Amino acid sequence: MSVTIPSSTRIPDRVWPDQNQGAPDYLRNSRGIMSWIYTLDHKRIGVMYLCGILASFLLGGIMAILVRTELLTPGPTVMTADTYNHMFTLHGAIMTFLFIIPSIPAALGNFILPMMLGAKDVAFPRMNLASWYLWVFGAVFLIGSMALNGLDTGWTFYTPYSTTTNSSVIAATLGVFILGFSSIFTGINFIATVHTMRPKGMTWFRMPLFLWSLYSTAIIQVLATPVLGITLLLLIAERALGIGVFDPELGGDPVLYQHFFWFYSHPAVYIMILPAMGLISELISTFSRTPIFGYRFMCYSAVAIAFLGFLVWGHHMFTSESPMAAVIFSALTFSVSIPSGIKIFNWLATLYRGSISLTTPMCFALSFMLLFTIGGLTGLFLGALATDIHLHDTYFVVAHFHYVMMGGTLMAFLGGLFYWWPKLFGKMYSEFWGRISCFIIFVGFNWTFFPQFLLGYQGMPRRYFNYEEKYQFLHVTSSTGAFFMGIGLFISAGVLIHSLLKGRRAPDNPWGAATLEWQTSSPPPLHNFTDDPIVTEPYAVAEFELEPDTGNYIRTEEAQPRNQLVETSP
Amino acid sequence: MPAVFAEVSSWMPRASTAAEQVDWVFGLILGICMVFAIGIFGALVVFVVRYRRRDRSPATRATHHNTWLELAWTVIPAILLAVIFVAGLTGFIQLSTPPEGAYEIKVNGKKWVWAFQYENGYIDDTLHVPVDRPVVLTMTSDDVIHSMYIPAFRLKRDVIPGRYTKLWFEATEAGTFDLFCAEYCGTKHSDMISTVTVHPPGEFDRWLATASNFLETMSPAEAGRTLYKRRGCAQCHSVDGSRMVGPSFYQSFGTTAGLDDGTSVTVNENYIRESILEPQTKARAGYQKVMPTYQGQLKDAEIDAIIEYIKTLK
Repeated sequence: MSVTIPSSTRIPDRVWPDQNQGAPDYLRNSRGIMSWIYTLDHKRIGVMYLCGILASFLLGGIMAILVRTELLTPGPTVMTADTYNHMFTLHGAIMTFLFIIPSIPAALGNFILPMMLGAKDVAFPRMNLASWYLWVFGAVFLIGSMALNGLDTGWTFYTPYSTTTNSSVIAATLGVFILGFSSIFTGINFIATVHTMRPKGMTWFRMPLFLWSLYSTAIIQVLATPVLGITLLLLIAERALGIGVFDPELGGDPVLYQHFFWFYSHPAVYIMILPAMGLISELISTFSRTPIFGYRFMCYSAVAIAFLGFLVWGHHMFTSESPMAAVIFSALTFSVSIPSGIKIFNWLATLYRGSISLTTPMCFALSFMLLFTIGGLTGLFLGALATDIHLHDTYFVVAHFHYVMMGGTLMAFLGGLFYWWPKLFGKMYSEFWGRISCFIIFVGFNWTFFPQFLLGYQGMPRRYFNYEEKYQFLHVTSSTGAFFMGIGLFISAGVLIHSLLKGRRAPDNPWGAATLEWQTSSPPPLHNFTDDPIVTEPYAVAEFELEPDTGNYIRTEEAQPRNQLVETSP
Repeated sequence: MPAVFAEVSSWMPRASTAAEQVDWVFGLILGICMVFAIGIFGALVVFVVRYRRRDRSPATRATHHNTWLELAWTVIPAILLAVIFVAGLTGFIQLSTPPEGAYEIKVNGKKWVWAFQYENGYIDDTLHVPVDRPVVLTMTSDDVIHSMYIPAFRLKRDVIPGRYTKLWFEATEAGTFDLFCAEYCGTKHSDMISTVTVHPPGEFDRWLATASNFLETMSPAEAGRTLYKRRGCAQCHSVDGSRMVGPSFYQSFGTTAGLDDGTSVTVNENYIRESILEPQTKARAGYQKVMPTYQGQLKDAEIDAIIEYIKTLK
């Protein structure tokens, strides 16, 4: 039987006990270090993740600056070849496993997902805390390998190099193995939360795209990460016990390792980019004051990317696998760019006849669109067989994946951080300096990585300590850009630190977004909502209007009755 | 667009038949990308400027989806992607099937030197090929994965221990070009570089004949010096006493050297010969055990020449 009920579906009181009325927010409701160490609150866990991954980002960033400094001249500049090899390996490993993979899902996702859904917490709060401690242990192993004997395999641990080098591969892979479980725990939690904790009225197609993307990401995390775990255990078994799996000396096959590794690590690329895509949809819709264009296509494309992402791992091996396999993987690779293209076009259509405010988060979102487009288009050169044979393992690849991972995911992460900052800490920041920092990062990013496309086309191989003099001009250009971009990132950090100390109090809904996390106070109370949130269309942003006195957006009275939904009653 | 790109890219030597093919595909993709990039960036900038929020005016777009429009920007890119795939494929199939009767050169990669073995058995650390003749490289590695990369030919193929891989090309231009290792292989990965020399018609055979009889034409010490440079010794052993990956050859003959098991050994003819053929048996204290074996790769006369050369380093 089909009934029409008002969309201002009140969530029953038994789900939302009134006990938190007037209670202090989640940051102040309990005190002391132990209240953080044992916390089961998804918001506090999200904040701890945020501190952890920002520290990792700083560490990985310092290594990036050292790598770029070393590359100012051919031959030794500030370090030896061995130190350089350790630096780029740890830069890659830290940025991938400690920063990008957990950045949006584990830090922002942990904080936002239950609130956006209208839930009190995630489905398994203890597992959530366990995933944070696993992250910490994994980080200790991975960073500890630096202190032990360094790590010089590249973040990919290719055999037989990784089974024969004398650096601390076992400690590092054990770290990555533990980090994998952290990622799996988060994934399981998000899947269970989305399935079981949606309040009445929150149907699948009323979920904001950020939730769709986190859900799709969680499925990849749960299905792909175990393969990485098994692969790394086999690597440890070969190295420690001499069991021949990958090393031809022991009867193994080194290319098998590459297949295993990329069977995880290519889907992992989508673990990194999918949440960013969902996040960008939120920002573009909110700051254009109009619903996202083609909502359902956006939902389906997130799921399609998650699925197709599993079928393309072989494109990392065009130069080592059989030609027939290369042909099949090339064809599959092109298929995954179609849903990514849909997203770009739908974002553009969302801007069309919108009412666009260039706030700091929106500046990051627009930077994301520009940089991700370049990253995506340059992927076509690498997906096509003939050109990949030339460009594989050159700086062209380095530039391409930095455009996607850094220009894409990092830009989205920063946009999301500035977007939800008022909700996280209840403070506003300087829009002026926020936009300046975004501009410097955007310019610095292109200055750093665009020259690397040219270097790659000219044949400069990646992971080179020493290089021929003809490449020096472009290397110096790239390094200068990296220093410039570093300044922009420090300004961003300064803006946020200043906001914590001196920021103006944030209103509940400073941007006029329609998603549920903005329907509670900033920062939220322990159980997220004191009044039951009103579940509406996620992008009904036009129904919110600014109150000029408070800087807060409120739902206009006349919008309420228009807001109907049809639902099948049980 | 491919033609324009061909002009622009003239700063990069294009010295094989494959290079022309690859650059054509590159130009095609670049053209398609430019159209999309200009369209997307243009639309983004125009929309942001045109629909910038003023006086808190609401958005004016009434529709929030349009199935035909969305299908159009799904299907049209899909067709273009199919075109790119086919273009990349045709080039690739040609690149991966060596023609009958190609001139074969055996390639061995090891940390951190290339060894090119020609049909008469002569081994050199640089690649020499005749122009306008198909050449096939049959490659394998002694230790870890390396990758043979010749940018001027736009070609690359991994060199994998425990199996043979093939790379073929036909050089179209005489000259000397870069040859790199493109798969990370450790400390001196970026020094595992060499050159490929493309000889004009007729000159290749003359070069091979002159290069391969150096043992007869040179004194043993001179021949040893040539081998030291050509066969990779120089990557790890200095001749001026400076410390590199391995111990220096300078003033080493006749001295007593400490081994990693605590014993010591006199550096004489027998020890040098053993170290070349079984480098791990008596490894020197304080150095990584990374030297690959030269068993079967250096002839007795060549080992003798190297010993003679080391003797002269006083």
